[in-house]
Amino acid sequence: MSTHTLSVLVENKPGVLAHVAGLFSRRAFNITSLSVGPTADERVSRMTIVVDGASTPVDQVHKQLEKLVRVLKVVELEADAAVERELALIKVHVHPALRARLLDTAAAFRATVVDLDPRTIVLEAVCSPGRLDALLAALEPHGTCELVRTGLIAIGRGAGTITDDDPARAPGAARQEEQVLLGR
Amino acid sequence: MHVTGAQALVRSLERQGVDIVFGLPGGAILPAYDPLRSSSLRHVLVRHEQGAGHAAEGYAWATGRVGVCMATSGPGATNLVTALADAYMDSVPVVAITGQVPTRMIGTDAFQESDITGITSPVTKHNELVTDPARIPAAIAEAFHVASTGRPGPVLVDLPKDVLQATTTWSWPPELDLPGYRVPGPPDPALIARAARMLHAARRPVLYVGGGVVKADAHEALRELAEAAQAPVVTTLMARGAFPDSHPLALGMPGMHGTYAAVAALQEADLIVALGARFDDRVTGKLAAFAPKAKVVHADIDPAEIGKNRVPDVAIIGNLRTVLPDLAIAVRELAGRSGPPGTGEWLATTAGWRRSYPLRYTQRPDGPLKPQHVVERLSAMTGGEAIIVAGVGQHQMHAAQHYTFTRPRSWINSGGLGTMGFAVPAAMGAQIGRPGELVVAIDGDGCFQMTAQELATCAIEGLPIKVMIFNNGFLGMVRQWQELFYEERYSEVHLGTAIPDYVKLAEAYGCAGLRCESPADVDTVLEKALASTDVPVVVDFRTHDAEGVFPMVPAGAANDDIVLGPEFTAAEQEAAARKEVIVP
Repeated sequence: MSTHTLSVLVENKPGVLAHVAGLFSRRAFNITSLSVGPTADERVSRMTIVVDGASTPVDQVHKQLEKLVRVLKVVELEADAAVERELALIKVHVHPALRARLLDTAAAFRATVVDLDPRTIVLEAVCSPGRLDALLAALEPHGTCELVRTGLIAIGRGAGTITDDDPARAPGAARQEEQVLLGR
Repeated sequence: MHVTGAQALVRSLERQGVDIVFGLPGGAILPAYDPLRSSSLRHVLVRHEQGAGHAAEGYAWATGRVGVCMATSGPGATNLVTALADAYMDSVPVVAITGQVPTRMIGTDAFQESDITGITSPVTKHNELVTDPARIPAAIAEAFHVASTGRPGPVLVDLPKDVLQATTTWSWPPELDLPGYRVPGPPDPALIARAARMLHAARRPVLYVGGGVVKADAHEALRELAEAAQAPVVTTLMARGAFPDSHPLALGMPGMHGTYAAVAALQEADLIVALGARFDDRVTGKLAAFAPKAKVVHADIDPAEIGKNRVPDVAIIGNLRTVLPDLAIAVRELAGRSGPPGTGEWLATTAGWRRSYPLRYTQRPDGPLKPQHVVERLSAMTGGEAIIVAGVGQHQMHAAQHYTFTRPRSWINSGGLGTMGFAVPAAMGAQIGRPGELVVAIDGDGCFQMTAQELATCAIEGLPIKVMIFNNGFLGMVRQWQELFYEERYSEVHLGTAIPDYVKLAEAYGCAGLRCESPADVDTVLEKALASTDVPVVVDFRTHDAEGVFPMVPAGAANDDIVLGPEFTAAEQEAAARKEVIVP
């Protein structure tokens, strides 16, 4: 699956999330994950949207998002030029015989125990996208009974920021600019 | 200065230059209707809110200005939704003002509450629920700005009753708070130059003209470009009138029911210059088989249209008001420097196609009345100068095909959404926008019955629109599809010609009612209808029920598989499939 990560700055106003979510359903775009939260500027929220490039025309997603009046900026973050993380809370069955192995697995993925019960433990894991899948696979034999994921968040590497005016300095933006001009 | 929110609304509309509002009051919007009485705004009281929406659209199509409609909360607002969806599909600048239940009651399933910003979010360019009376002037100014700039479209402003009743301070102009709203700047000169070189070098170019040319009022530059490039022009359903049909370079309408010449020219072109057009499925047919030999230059104000359906070789993002003159100048300079464009052979071919495969129908003097004949007589008798408004279906296609358009903004219809019932209220709006002019609605009997109640509004407001009902007793286009694709199993398409009695209905609404059943009477009846200047006129044309619309590219088929129809012989159809010219 070729996923694309879009960082979207939006006005922090009522209805904006509904507009963005509505755009995706109306245009039959598939979202893999969407996370939203405040930024350093209280007037602005930041969404990180992961879309599946195989089923969804990413260039159209980008342009249609930019058409929404409350959307301030859309930047596609390239995986190798960005730090991508996801937080997961995972409730796992504890079989007394496998307890040590479970804690070893958690430690190997730097997942920490945040709740303990005689029958279950809750792990907190902060991972890059592939790593979380690997952790979940490793926990499978123990029996995962509940899973919460935040969805991916991402930030560009280096000194440039998403609010830079110069599109060339904003991570991942130069390519998009070129796409608009050449139409492909 | 202290005013109520409602006063702020009415003043904002006045300052915005609004002269007409189409609407119908109700509980939640009541506060706004009070200051409206003493304002400079003319309010037209419609009979159904959908009529207000389409009237605002008709006004906007006819004038290029923003059309305004107003309704109360709940059902009033939801009745506007079809018109807003229509305006969104056809990029029509409309501002809708809706009442809403008081802010403290929002979310409680209050009487006449509906989440209209939620409902209309997919069919508006923008919308806003205003919760602070001090924001009303800015919300209105922003709505007009967003509706009318860039790619135009509908904007809805939802105003809770307590916000309209609250006291606030008035100041104008407000500061626009639209940090995320962008309108394309001037086009890139390098891309203009590249497009011009391609156009000048092309041997089989076609200018594929969409509604954007009309919206940009760029028809004069279009003509200059076509003549400089010596390129034939096809005008889509949204662009009829953008280029005069009588011009030697005009090939008419492309698409599902386009002329053979227009469809074939796109298929055989080596370069398509798409101007404010969006490669709609009704134009391209099967997309993968559309214009297989053509390079594409796509000029549009909306970056999201670029590459949506067809990936262009050159994309020019900008307002056609600038793009078209720039392109025309660049091509003319090239022609001056390096000789005229070499399209002579191509123009001979396209002209040959026009002569070989014209729009053909047979009107026998004693036979059933053909709708095409009525359109052609109307076209001749009005010199192509009337403002024609159509509904959706066979009558719409016959009107688009057979009326000889001479100027932009003289063709108004529902293109993208295909909204039956559009014609009468849109004609009402067009007549208000262009009061001295002849506005003729060409409607089907099915369409007409969906919004006929606005005849009352027209009669009372003194709007002398002419409504030509092509009454074939059927949902004709659906019938045609059942004939062609469902082996003549006619399911639920028969309406009957006699009920209602359209003449009596017209009279009941305070209009003049006429009937025409025979080809021999067409001219007399049309003369009588067109002469009326005091009351609206409704004419019941009893047209042939088995008449189809041709040519036709069946839905999903390739444009190369265009069907000329029963008026052509098998030999002609075969020659057409080979793209032969049979009448040199």
